[in-house]
Amino acid sequence: MTSPAPLRHREIFPVVGLDLERAGQVSTEVQRVLRRLGVEPEVVRRAGIVCFEGEMNIVLYTPGGRIILLVYDDRVELIFSDQGPGIPDVELARQPGYSTAPDWARELGFGSGMGIPNMEANSDRLEIRSRLGEGTVIRATFWRRRDEAQRGGGEAGP
Amino acid sequence: MRLKEVAERLGLEFLVTADPEAEVRGGYVSDLLSDVLAHAEAGDLWITHQRHLNVVAVAKLRGVAGVVFARGLRPGPEALRRAEEEGVNLLLSPSDAFDTAGRLHRLLLP
Repeated sequence: MTSPAPLRHREIFPVVGLDLERAGQVSTEVQRVLRRLGVEPEVVRRAGIVCFEGEMNIVLYTPGGRIILLVYDDRVELIFSDQGPGIPDVELARQPGYSTAPDWARELGFGSGMGIPNMEANSDRLEIRSRLGEGTVIRATFWRRRDEAQRGGGEAGP
Repeated sequence: MRLKEVAERLGLEFLVTADPEAEVRGGYVSDLLSDVLAHAEAGDLWITHQRHLNVVAVAKLRGVAGVVFARGLRPGPEALRRAEEEGVNLLLSPSDAFDTAGRLHRLLLP
């Protein structure tokens, strides 16, 4: 349906589980990279928020994982993957206010059950695939220059 | 109103002075990080009791004018260092969150 847009940038960020000292650094780094690549400020802002929520989910609930940043001419994608316990009920996790966070995380202001809803609100598409005992993969898509992209990508690549 | 003027009028102490000329357009009070990411506005002064490292990341991501730690709760040296690196204003209020927010509200929306 949509013509494939060329990939401009690909970067992989490892995320260490339970390391709150370093948590949040991938998100700020992703924003820096996107700004440097000249991605629209509105996409940079939304991708930063989605990245933080995804990063925190990996840090709080899993032994670790990674975040892949893909920048295309027409979109930005963030793919979060981990080897954590998996999400037993994805639909439930999408509901605002639902959280399985331990008390120590709540005391630090995490686990208000707004993580996945925030990821949905700030991305254009959010796909969640999770298997119990194996891990979770979340892909967030952000459209750039939405109008042009929806019109069918008239401009040809270089 | 500029952050340095707000700080002076409310008796806030600068812990990290990244940009004292930042424009303060409003305020937000919350201890939930996701709530701040979802609902605070760029240019808000964020009043909170949380004082760990991740506060700096959230403040940076959301583009708030600065973070005000209520009731004299001082963040640790790591958070201060991170805020300096990331260019995030950190301030300390001797008053509690209710009082700090109330006075900020009166100052910005007289």
